[in-house]
Amino acid sequence: MGETKAELKLDLLQGTLDLMVLQTLATIGTQHGYGIARRIEQVSGDTVLLNQGTIYASLVRLQQRGWIDAAWGTSDNNRKAKFYSITESGRKQLAKDAQYWQRLSDVMGRVLSMPAEGRPG
Amino acid sequence: MSALRRALARVHSFFHKPPLDADLEAEIATHLEMAIEENLQRGLTYTEARRQAMIRFGGLDMAKYQQREARGLMNLDILLQDFRYTLRSLGRDRGFTLVAILILALGIGANVAVFSVVNTLLLRPLPFRNADRLMWIAPPPTKCGQSCATYSTDAYDEFRTYSRTFQDVTGYFAFSGPGNLSLNRGGAPIPATSIDVIANFFQLLGVEPAMGRAFRPEDALNGAAPVILITDAWWKTQFNADPSIVGKAFDMNGTQTTVIGVLPKTFDFGAVFSPGAKIDAITPLNLYGPPRNWGNIITMIGRAKPGVTLAQAQGDAEAAEPHMCWNNNQPKTCGDYARHNGEGGVVPVPLKDYVSGKLRRSLVVLWSAVGTILLIACVNLSNLLLARAASRSKEFAMRGALGASRFRIVRQLLTESLILSISGAALGLAFAWLLLSWFAHQGAIALPLLSTLRIDGAALAWTLLIAVSAAVLFGLMPGLRMAGGSLYESLKDSGQGSGQSRKHDRIRSILVVSEVALACVLLVGAGLLLRSFLRVLSVDLGFQPEHAAAVKVDYDDTVPGDKDGSLTAQKRGVIFQEVIARVSAIPGVEAAGITDYLPLGQNRAWGTPWPLGIKRPDKTPGSPLVYVVSPGYLRAMGTRIRGRDFTWDDGPKSQNVVMIDKSFADYLAKFAHWPNNDPIGQLLDTSKDGGRIVGVVDDVHEESTEGDTGWQIYYPDTQASPSAAELVLRTTLPPATLAGSVLRTLRDINPKQTVAEFKPIQTLVNHANSSRQFFMLLVASFAALGILLAALGIYGVISYSVNQRTKEIGVRMALGATRSQVQISVLAKTFRLAAIGIAAGAIASLIVSRAIAALLFNTAPSDPYAFGAMVVLIGIVALLAGYLPARRASNVNPMVALRNN
Repeated sequence: MGETKAELKLDLLQGTLDLMVLQTLATIGTQHGYGIARRIEQVSGDTVLLNQGTIYASLVRLQQRGWIDAAWGTSDNNRKAKFYSITESGRKQLAKDAQYWQRLSDVMGRVLSMPAEGRPG
Repeated sequence: MSALRRALARVHSFFHKPPLDADLEAEIATHLEMAIEENLQRGLTYTEARRQAMIRFGGLDMAKYQQREARGLMNLDILLQDFRYTLRSLGRDRGFTLVAILILALGIGANVAVFSVVNTLLLRPLPFRNADRLMWIAPPPTKCGQSCATYSTDAYDEFRTYSRTFQDVTGYFAFSGPGNLSLNRGGAPIPATSIDVIANFFQLLGVEPAMGRAFRPEDALNGAAPVILITDAWWKTQFNADPSIVGKAFDMNGTQTTVIGVLPKTFDFGAVFSPGAKIDAITPLNLYGPPRNWGNIITMIGRAKPGVTLAQAQGDAEAAEPHMCWNNNQPKTCGDYARHNGEGGVVPVPLKDYVSGKLRRSLVVLWSAVGTILLIACVNLSNLLLARAASRSKEFAMRGALGASRFRIVRQLLTESLILSISGAALGLAFAWLLLSWFAHQGAIALPLLSTLRIDGAALAWTLLIAVSAAVLFGLMPGLRMAGGSLYESLKDSGQGSGQSRKHDRIRSILVVSEVALACVLLVGAGLLLRSFLRVLSVDLGFQPEHAAAVKVDYDDTVPGDKDGSLTAQKRGVIFQEVIARVSAIPGVEAAGITDYLPLGQNRAWGTPWPLGIKRPDKTPGSPLVYVVSPGYLRAMGTRIRGRDFTWDDGPKSQNVVMIDKSFADYLAKFAHWPNNDPIGQLLDTSKDGGRIVGVVDDVHEESTEGDTGWQIYYPDTQASPSAAELVLRTTLPPATLAGSVLRTLRDINPKQTVAEFKPIQTLVNHANSSRQFFMLLVASFAALGILLAALGIYGVISYSVNQRTKEIGVRMALGATRSQVQISVLAKTFRLAAIGIAAGAIASLIVSRAIAALLFNTAPSDPYAFGAMVVLIGIVALLAGYLPARRASNVNPMVALRNN
C-alpha cells in the first residue's frame, strides 16, 4: 500500500525544494518552518513527497547563502518559533530560478509532446 | 558571492556546534508541537496525533543529520570523530601501538635520512649561484694523476680568451697540501690549510663573503700586499669569531698577511672540491708570478653563458684545444692539450656530475635498500593490523549491523593507519635528524657535500609522502578485508579455528614469506658489499700502513745566491739527515724517512722519462707519478726495493739516481731491450747526464686502493726539489704514542716547526676506503633492520597461530601428544614459512645482485659465501622467532586450554 502511495507522489528533484521555500516565503511573507512545510503540501495538493523534516536542511542552506533571514519570535498561539523571511537577494535569486524552471518545463513539455515521426498518420 | 558566504557560514557552523544544535532541537520541538496541535484539532487522540506528526516529519535523526550536513563541514566532523575514536582504541592497545610506531619510525627514519643524502648529493643544486651553469673542465682521468687533470697558466689564459660559450673561467692551484699554511701568533706555529684560487673564483661561483670583500684582480699581481680570506669555521675556532677581524694582519708563513674577509658558513671548499679535506683559508693565486713556469697546476672551472648546452660548451672547448700551449715560449708545446685516442683534451662536464656523479650508482642502491626496508615495515604492519583486525572483527560487524557503511569502516581503519604512520614519521624524523647530524660531522668520510646535510623542505615533503603512502599500503588491505567480510560470518565466528581465521592465517603467511624474501635480498646485498669491502682491505697496497705514521716537517733550505740549486739541495740533505737521525733515535722508532707526497693523497707527474738513447713513441700512456724522497723512506713505508735505496752519498754533484716501480720498469723494458730485461744500472733521460736506475720497487696504490696502481718514479731529495717534507716513521708501538716525542724532537731542531698533525698511515687508507665503508655499513644496518622486522613478522604469525590453536593443541596433548611433538609441529610450520621465503629471496637476490655488480670489488654477484651466510642467518633467526611460540605451545595445559574455550 505504501508503494502505491509513493507512486502517486512526486519525488523532489535536487534544488526544487529550495525554490519552493523561496516562492512560499515570497508569497506569504514571514513564516516558521512548520508553516512553510504545510503551505507547500497544501499548494501542491499533497502531491509532493515531502518529509517535513527535510525542510530544515533547505532553510539553513538558503540562510547561509543570504537569501532568507531568520529570527526567533512568537507564534499566534504564543509559541516560541523561528520565523523566516525572504531577503532582497533572495527575491532576485527566486526570479532567476523561476525563469529557469519555467523554460526547462516548457522545453520538457515540448519534447515530451513530440509527435511520432515516420508513421503514416 | 553567495557561495563564498556559504563556505564561511559552514566554517562558522563547524566551530559553533552546540548552540546551533540546541537551536535546531528547539525549532523541531516547536514544529512537532504545532503539528500535534493541528492533528488534535482534527479530532485525533493525542497518541494518534503525535504518531501522525512524527510520520509527516520523517526520521528525526535523519532531518537533524541533513541539516548539520547542509550547515557545517560533515567530512571534517567525521574525521574528528574517527580521530578521537582511533586515539581511544590505540590507547587501549598500548603494546600494539608502540610496536607499530617504532617499526614505522625505523622504516621512515631510514628513508628520510637516505633521502636527505640523495637529495644533498644528487638532487639539490650545488651551493652556488645558478650552479647548473658551472662546469668542471678537465681531461678524462689518466695514469698520471693530478698533473694530467690540470692546465698550465698559459693554457688557462688562452682558454679563457678563446672560448666563446663561457661567461668566465676560473680555477685553483691543485697541489696545495694539507698544513701548507703556518700561522704564527707567538708560541708554536699553528698549521692550517689554504688553497690558492684565481682572483675571479668567488665572483664566478657567486659566493659573497659574510664579512669584508672577495679577491680583486690586483690582489693577485706581482708585489701585491698578501691577503687572505678565512673560512667561517677557522674564524670561529682560531680567531674566536672576532667581529673586527677584517683588516687585521697576521704572520702567515713568515709574511704579514691581511685578512680581507670571512667566507659564509655555507661555503665549504673541501665539501665540494676535495671531499674529506678541511680547508681553513683561501689565498689569491698569482698567475704572473712563479706559478707561470710550474707547468700543469690549475684545475679549471667555467661558468657557461645562459642558454649554452653542454654539447655546445664541449664543442667550443674542443675547438680551443689546438690554440692552448703548455708554455707559450715553447711553440712545440702548443696543441699539447689536444685529445688523442680518447685521452687528454679540454672537456667540460657539469660541476655537479664531477662532484657526485661517481656516487650515483651507490646512492641508487642505498635508496633501493631503504625502500625495501619500508616495504618490509609495511608488510609487518599489515600483518599486525590483520591480527588486530581479526580480534576486532566482531566490533566492525556490530557497527555494520548498526548501519555504518563499508566506506565508513574502511575510512575509519585508514584514519587509524594514518595516525600510526604520521606518529611513526614524526619519530622517524627525529631518528633521521640524529643520524644526519652524526653524518654531517664525519669529516673523515670522503663523500662530497656531507657537511651540508640537513633536513630541508624537500625532505619534509618526502616524509609526508612516504608516511601517507605507507599508511595506504599497510592499512588498505586489512581495511578492505575487514569491511568486506560477511556480517553474519563475523558475528558467528567465535574467532578460533573457524574458516575466517584460517583465511586470515593464509594471508598472514603470505605476508611473512614476502617479508622474509625481502630481508634475504637486503642481506645478500649487504653480504656482497661486505665481501667487497674485505677484498678491498686485503689489497696489497705496495706499502704497510700498520705501525706507520707521518708528520709534516717544516724546514728552511734557502741559500741566498745559490745559482744551480745545489747548495740548497746540500743544505736540505743536511737538515733531513739530522731529522731522520734524531727521530730514529727515539725509542720505538724502527725506521724513518722523508717524502714530499704521501700515497693516496696529492700527486703530480713530470712527464715520462725514457731510457737514454732509445727512440720514444709518439704517445705514451700517461706518466709516472713523481715522489721526491730521502734514503730510508721506502723502508719506513714498508715498500720493498730490488737493487738499492738512495743514500746520503747520492748528492747534488754526484751521479743522478732514480728508482722506478715494477710496472713502469716492465713498460720501459719493452722498448729498451735491456740485458735480461733488468733495468737496474740503466740510464733514463731524467737529467743531462742521465739518471741511473738504482732500484726497482713494488707497485704502490698511489691514487686509490681499488684502482690500478699506475706508475711511480722516485728521486732523491738531494738531487730534485721536493714540494714539502712528510716524515714517515715505522714503529713497534701504537703510532699515536710517539706523537709527543717526535714533535718535541722536530721543534728542537727547528723552533718554527708547526704543531703538525700526527697522521697514522692507516688513516690515509681508511680515508680512501671511507665511502665504500660508509655505503657498506649503511646497507648492512638496513639488512640487520630487515632481519629484525622479518623475525618480528615470523614471531607474530606463529605466536598468533599458536594462540588460535590453543584448544586444538590441548586436544592433541590430551590424546597423548608429547611436548616435543607439539614443539616440532610449531617449528616445522616456522621452518616451512622461512624456507619458502628464503627460496623466493634467493631467486630475487640473484637478479638484484646482477644490478649491483658494478659496485662490487673482486666479488662475483653470485658469491656463494654471501648467499650461504644469508641462508644460515635467516634460517637461525626464523627458528629463534618460532622457538618462543613453540615453547609456549608445548607448555599448554590441556585441562586449562579445553576449559577456557
